[in-house]
Amino acid sequence: MAVKKMGLKQKYAHLTRGLDWETSYQKMDDVFPYDQFEGIKITDWSKWEDPFRLTMDAYWKFQAEKERKLYAVIDAFAQNNGQLNVSDARYINVLKLFLTGVSPLEYQAHRGFAFTGRHMRGVGPRIAAQMQSLDELRHFQTQAHTISHYNKFFDGIAEFQHMHDRVWYLSVPKSFFDDARAAGPFEFMIAIGFAFEYVLTNLLFVPFMSGAAYNGDMSTVTFGFSAQSDESRHMTLGIEVIKFLLEQHPDNLPIVQKWVDKWFWRGFKVLGLVAMMMDYMLPKKVMSWKEAWEIYFTEAGGSLFTDLERYGLKVPKYADVATEMAEHISHQNWAVFYQYTHAAAFHTWTPDKEHLDWLSEKYPNTFDKYYRPRWEMWAKMDEEGKRFYNMALPQLCQTCQIPMAYTEPGDPTQIAFRCTEWNGEMYHFCSDGCKDIFDDEPEKYAQSWLPVHQIFQGNCGGPTVPDVLNWYRLNVGADNMDYVGSPDEQVWNSWKGKAPAEAAE
Amino acid sequence: MTVEIKTIDFEPKRQTFGHVARRIGEGKPATRYQEAVLDVQATANFHYKPLWEPEFWQYDEGKTKVVMEDWYKPLDPRQFYYATYNISRANMNQSNERNFTFVEDKGLLEKLPQETKDVLINRLIPVRHLHWGANMNMSEICQRGYGTAVTSPCIFSAGDHLGMAQIIGRIGLELDGQTGDGLETAKTAWMNDASWQGIRKLIEDTLVLKDWFELFVAQTLGVNAIVFDYIYNGQDDAFGAASLPISMLTEFVSDWSKDEVKWSDNVIKVVAAESAGNKATVSEWAKKWIAAAQDALTPFAGADAAKAQADKVRDKAKKLGLEI
Amino acid sequence: MAQIASITLYQNDEARPVMEAILQDNPTARVLNMPGAVKIDVDDELVINRATVEEKLGSEWDPQQIHMVLISMAGNLDEDDDRITLSWKH
Repeated sequence: MAVKKMGLKQKYAHLTRGLDWETSYQKMDDVFPYDQFEGIKITDWSKWEDPFRLTMDAYWKFQAEKERKLYAVIDAFAQNNGQLNVSDARYINVLKLFLTGVSPLEYQAHRGFAFTGRHMRGVGPRIAAQMQSLDELRHFQTQAHTISHYNKFFDGIAEFQHMHDRVWYLSVPKSFFDDARAAGPFEFMIAIGFAFEYVLTNLLFVPFMSGAAYNGDMSTVTFGFSAQSDESRHMTLGIEVIKFLLEQHPDNLPIVQKWVDKWFWRGFKVLGLVAMMMDYMLPKKVMSWKEAWEIYFTEAGGSLFTDLERYGLKVPKYADVATEMAEHISHQNWAVFYQYTHAAAFHTWTPDKEHLDWLSEKYPNTFDKYYRPRWEMWAKMDEEGKRFYNMALPQLCQTCQIPMAYTEPGDPTQIAFRCTEWNGEMYHFCSDGCKDIFDDEPEKYAQSWLPVHQIFQGNCGGPTVPDVLNWYRLNVGADNMDYVGSPDEQVWNSWKGKAPAEAAE
Repeated sequence: MTVEIKTIDFEPKRQTFGHVARRIGEGKPATRYQEAVLDVQATANFHYKPLWEPEFWQYDEGKTKVVMEDWYKPLDPRQFYYATYNISRANMNQSNERNFTFVEDKGLLEKLPQETKDVLINRLIPVRHLHWGANMNMSEICQRGYGTAVTSPCIFSAGDHLGMAQIIGRIGLELDGQTGDGLETAKTAWMNDASWQGIRKLIEDTLVLKDWFELFVAQTLGVNAIVFDYIYNGQDDAFGAASLPISMLTEFVSDWSKDEVKWSDNVIKVVAAESAGNKATVSEWAKKWIAAAQDALTPFAGADAAKAQADKVRDKAKKLGLEI
Repeated sequence: MAQIASITLYQNDEARPVMEAILQDNPTARVLNMPGAVKIDVDDELVINRATVEEKLGSEWDPQQIHMVLISMAGNLDEDDDRITLSWKH
């Protein structure tokens, strides 16, 4: 009797779905203690649709092949001193920001998906989450391995792990992920799986990788694209989670909507660092942040939220404010780092004339009016030997932890301040979005480890700026300050001053 | 005449990241394993207590009773990071895959008498559920544990158990003519047959453990060393003519178990050797879970075989420095 | 406004037969070339047929091999032994 070959869907179902069982020697609620308290109602886990049906053997095979290819490129890059091919050593600062700010989040995602991969009751989503946990570990490790070569020659990279837990601006991405890790399993899936991986990830990776490609960094392009093929699986998990939760019970809608609103706003604030990278830090520009926002949020997000309308889910609250902010956020962020360059572990610079013209062209509504004059003034002060530094410690937003430097919606000349009194204390926010998040869970956000508060409380190495920088393990005079005059610039010029290779006589 | 190529002087300013250099010594190049693993997990200045377990931070040394001065002592002798792990498993599986093709081509399972097939469906195929329980435990240790040195191999192990559950599932489908009926029968056996109930109880009891290092001991010295080892290596007589094709189709499992034990034994050895307190705690756990696994195996294997299996593990535990 | 189903692939030899198959089977497809990558957009639904890829490739192709060349995608995914579909239809 000839056996009919089983179809992919059916085979995958047999090899995964039946694996779990209803425990009877221990209560199911003890085996899965965390999936009830958020109020999400799941009536039938078997309704979960597996988007990609990868069995573990296929996973190993594809991932091994991807890794072989990637490490071949990383090895070749190191052997050939590929760092010589980047457009300019200013570009390396993008990698510094990435490794200190983003790579540790990949690691957090690895542990977070191990949590949801263990603690959601359904076998389908659990397997997808476990594979994502593996992938996220991959992303952290390939990023560390790729950037390791740059670390051998450039400053500001070596202490990324130590800095991520301590440095003032790195508490922005760190608190973002701590927030998701501290949430329940369903909120984590919506926060990271949906809001970050599905709605916002293209805004992080596509500009970052295209930026690397335009600026001659082939090893980063390779790990970026290679990671991105995993992201496609993660995106399908993110969209499946939200559809599944919304289909399971109507009571889930308000909870999910609140999470979507919150995590959209949290993600948008973190991505302000990417905005600054695109508009200011890439020596060769790919596209402006505003353009990226239009393509990857307004357009792509538009299709997505149209699709989700049938469940009653709306476009995230304050999406309109974020879109308006796309005209401002990169300029305001780079200005913060320029003023605090002495306390940052990457280099800053004022944009030159060509760069200013590009910004004027890309931001016709705002740049000439609000931002160009400031850069021109600061450049002039610098020329006169009066380079502007801000020595006062900034006030931070209690929620997103970014210095309070953002302006009012509708009025870019006015700094936005919001506050809430809770439990006899006053808490400050940069925006309505951040205030709403606090007001919904004040007991959570009152705990924030705010770097400036911590410095004043004496928890960061001492009372003076040098004490704090020392505690950060920030190598003063090498890791910080302007690019011009830095050891990075020096080494770059020493390489570029000579021909790369010449035949001996 | 020789041609010399003059190149620019590319003298590195440093060899590796600061946290790695502080462990291996300044000026030394680091391995990829070291850069991928050492001090990777965050340790300080967390922002919010988890809503689901507010008594701890998400990474908290207090989630186990054993105490390490440094959780980067129990390293992985295989030096696995993501790439080397996946390449190793892809290679192991490639060879297993060839065996599947061979067994299918020759009809080695198909041609078995029905009673032998029934033995396999009742005494081998249900083990895929035990792998799934083991997968849950290793994911749990990965999320709950402390320090990347221990936690990252755990997610690899979780992936391994899922892969092995699926290998067993495929064998089930070979036996039942690709209908899934054999998998159903096997699940019924897992849920109801007296022979499996000790084993099912054992794994369910581990699923509710809160101390992640106790869970590590229970999983590796109890479930792996006693139960899995017996199921895969103790049933040749029961499997009869099927034992050869089954050992071919489970070649991955036997490769895996040799590989896994190198790592898991080392973790237990290093943690127990840290202090008298750890040694006593780990020894207690080992005693308890070896005994529990022996009891669990008894209805499946008979009292003598279960005892022999457990005694073997007791000897091994002593070699790891435990007092049993 | 039409919802856009989209796939982004590597710009390399391995991906080329897949890209050609998509263009053949989705006549309204629009192509955006980027450094190292190519983005293909189709209104509402994008289909990749195993048979077409195999014809372009001249050998067997398992739709799961898409993982080797995939960078990003948009739309709800459905895969089986013969095709991959990205779609906003319900």
